[in-house]
Amino acid sequence: MAKVRTTASRVLTNRVFLLACLLATSIAMAVLAVLLVSIVWQGWDGLSWKFVTGLASRKAKDAGIMVPLLGSIWVCAICALIALPLGVGTAIYLEEFSKRTRFTRIVQTNILNLAGVPSIVYGILGLTAFARMFGAFGTNMDDASTFGDEESLFFLRLPFGSSVIAGGLTLMLVVLPVVIIATQEALRSIPRGLRDGAFALGATRWQTVWGITLPAAIPGIMTGAILAMSRAIGESAPLLVLGGALLVYNAPENLMSDFAVLPLQIYNWAGRPQEEFHWIAASAIIIQLGVLLLFNGIAVFIRQKLQKPLQ
Amino acid sequence: MSSLETNPLDPNPLGRDLSALGRPKSMAARRIREKVIVGALGLAACFSILVTTTIIVVLARETWGFFQFPDVTLAEFFGGFEWNPLLGAEKHFGIWPLVSGTLLITLIAASFALPIGLIAAVYLSEYASPRTRATLKPALEILAGVPTVVYGFFALTFITPILQKISPGFGSYNAMSAGLATGVMILPIVCSLSEDALRAVPRGLRDGALALGGTKFDVSVKVVVPAALSGIVAAFLLAISRAIGETMIVALAAGGIAQITANPAAEVQTMTAYMVQIFLGDAPATGVEYKSSYAVAATLFVITFALTMLGQYILRRFREEYD
Repeated sequence: MAKVRTTASRVLTNRVFLLACLLATSIAMAVLAVLLVSIVWQGWDGLSWKFVTGLASRKAKDAGIMVPLLGSIWVCAICALIALPLGVGTAIYLEEFSKRTRFTRIVQTNILNLAGVPSIVYGILGLTAFARMFGAFGTNMDDASTFGDEESLFFLRLPFGSSVIAGGLTLMLVVLPVVIIATQEALRSIPRGLRDGAFALGATRWQTVWGITLPAAIPGIMTGAILAMSRAIGESAPLLVLGGALLVYNAPENLMSDFAVLPLQIYNWAGRPQEEFHWIAASAIIIQLGVLLLFNGIAVFIRQKLQKPLQ
Repeated sequence: MSSLETNPLDPNPLGRDLSALGRPKSMAARRIREKVIVGALGLAACFSILVTTTIIVVLARETWGFFQFPDVTLAEFFGGFEWNPLLGAEKHFGIWPLVSGTLLITLIAASFALPIGLIAAVYLSEYASPRTRATLKPALEILAGVPTVVYGFFALTFITPILQKISPGFGSYNAMSAGLATGVMILPIVCSLSEDALRAVPRGLRDGALALGGTKFDVSVKVVVPAALSGIVAAFLLAISRAIGETMIVALAAGGIAQITANPAAEVQTMTAYMVQIFLGDAPATGVEYKSSYAVAATLFVITFALTMLGQYILRRFREEYD
């Protein structure tokens, strides 16, 4: 039989637990504060316009982050262009078209599994499938088949090697499950009645999706897409596996260019023993966090301003 | 006939191009378009299956290639306690030092993040006022969005120096620092997912427990947490699998010596850190060292895959439905 406890002791337990709660929550918040303060402390002095627009350098005080910043933009743009249509399409198929068949159950389980695969494994996949193309075009990059002028925007090389396009496609693999799951949640939150209304007027499934469900779900989908992109812009492990191009002196010119990205540049500088490099790594982190905060801000804005109550 | 006199039965009296207005198409045309679109969307859905298949095929093929080398045996890989692929004349490929390094980091991270994350989740869901919640939730989201390389930098330049001040036993690379930073990384995952699970428990259960005279503590810990247990366990498993697969923090702060140790002050190498070492180094792509990274990747994939499956199973099997 359970022990009978006095009210006083139960109230005391409650008080103690509330204290533990406050302690745990303040630890979490304190960690965030310490993280931000320690980075701003180390990196603030190094921030300047020259740092943002400067090119790579072997000396810490001359180094800038223009090249990795542009690289990040290129890679994320490619990633978004492919991951968003593919992910939204998959989510629409799963939520709006398919009946609960065996196939959709497998796809659904598979997507949840893909979301749990460590990003470095995607790096290995990208290296094999995009950078080397399974060795179908030879194993040596010097023998790669090239099409078009190396200076032009439409220069094509097979296999891709550790180029911008291989990086973008690899990141696409990483964020695809994120986009799919976010879009599914956005679609699920649309009330059934909206769809039923469209069906009652004789609309086909696709007409319903295109004219009713998708427009209503756009704020949710965009929020998910932005969060997926902020994941992509901070991801570095798969790109490290892919190319490990840590010193690149030129911004990408076309899809086959070598590239650096901001998180890898931070990794490179943070891993060096000299303190000056740690300082500029902290400065680069401030820029990186600024970009992320901007992304998050846009997502919050969309969520609050565009989302109309549908119930 | 004047232009004002129009046939009342003409469906298009102004002669506008109605195709832009969604003129009803023939049923056959609609059906074909519908089929094409469903087909395209179905192909998109198949792509995710293709990704999984390719991961498995690539890892399996290269791992098979690794086991063909004369230096490598299956028995040593799964039973050996020495991982020594680069140095010395005698190479050893026993996976356990890498697994133990990974487990040590994960253990440190989990013992920091799981209790704090869960208690903070209980606070946010059961105790905090809506206003407190509205300020703390976005802060947690920021923490969740911080790139992992930033945590690695934090471990290296902030946690490690502090640890070294506390005890001179800590080297410039150590498991404790990387483990704590990994814990900070998974904390928002634990907190946010556990909170979702707690909030999904219906109000009626809380009201019932309160009506029976329970304190907030009784309600949260004896009613709400048990009701949300499957979701909480799934959140824990997801966080642990993130910690196991974490790369940048351990590559920066944990060091590069593959050894079996429980000493948090020691340098360890994790599975992911080994892969980074190989792919960043200049090992020839056909050599045994290079191929060994695929075998390590396959091990990592199997472990995280099993954890994810277990989490999904627990969610499905032990979910308490209240409707």
